[in-house]
Amino acid sequence: MSYAAAATMERGPSSFGVYNLKLGMWVFLLSEVMFFTGLIGAYIILRFARPEQFAEPGVVLNVPLTALNTFILICSSVTMVKAYAEIERGNQKGLRTYLLATVVLGLVFLSIQGIEYTVLGHEGFVPMADRYAAHGRQGGEAVLGGPLYGATFYTMTGFHGTHVSIGVFCMIFTTIKAFRGGYSAANYGGVEIMGLYWHFVDLVWIILFTIVYLI
Amino acid sequence: MAASTPKAEHDSVTPATHVKPNYYLIWVVLGVLTLAEVAVAFLSGMPKQILIVVLVLLAIWKAMLVAMYYMHLKFEPRKLWIVAVAPLPLAVILVMVILTEHW
Repeated sequence: MSYAAAATMERGPSSFGVYNLKLGMWVFLLSEVMFFTGLIGAYIILRFARPEQFAEPGVVLNVPLTALNTFILICSSVTMVKAYAEIERGNQKGLRTYLLATVVLGLVFLSIQGIEYTVLGHEGFVPMADRYAAHGRQGGEAVLGGPLYGATFYTMTGFHGTHVSIGVFCMIFTTIKAFRGGYSAANYGGVEIMGLYWHFVDLVWIILFTIVYLI
Repeated sequence: MAASTPKAEHDSVTPATHVKPNYYLIWVVLGVLTLAEVAVAFLSGMPKQILIVVLVLLAIWKAMLVAMYYMHLKFEPRKLWIVAVAPLPLAVILVMVILTEHW
């Protein structure tokens, strides 16, 4: 079997009506749904079981800063989908510009999350803090009676941050390939697959922001 | 035959084209919904149970917009929908099992 024939089989259309690489990414994302469902489910049960270890929204966590970060991630989804739309039209310059913007926005998101962790750490809100007292950012006050809030907060946001980091890392390679002319109006599956992962990361954050920061 | 193989490969990595949604409009809606979430959480004064339901619905609305229009699920073949929704019953079962640990 020639290399071209093998490549066609690998990348060709599946019985699901999409090419195999795309189907593979969807299946991977579905496993990720189960992964984050486990984390979120554990958070919910721990929060209901030990409410004295959790603070009201806005008391410990900086909600306005994170709302801004949420919007930045949403903006990165727009630039990602625009990159896809541009290469679909064969616009190389548009593809490179939007991919670069997506990388920058992803790095900004990670930087803000890093700042958030640093500030919380200086305030004593660390993953396994047994006792933690906070004077709320919006007038409230919290004295946590155990480590669950910190443990669950850093686990969920940390795993998501790891996913964003992996996404940025892969996006840099996608961008380099774009600058080398690796995509065209006839071959842009790689951009679409990268976009699927990136939008999923955005989607997960939308859920996490509500559950961890607002409820 | 040999000449047709590269073309077949080329076509196979090109996603199917479809009508393009207004990505910027969806971006604006997502931004407004994010603001609405924060406003509802801190300014509405709703009872906690109602607040949780409203916030979860807003989050699901935003997530659906991303999945449907940015991930283009709305324009994908029906068979892919089966794959996409497959983990949802499993996720519900997982959450129910976790919840039974408490209640």
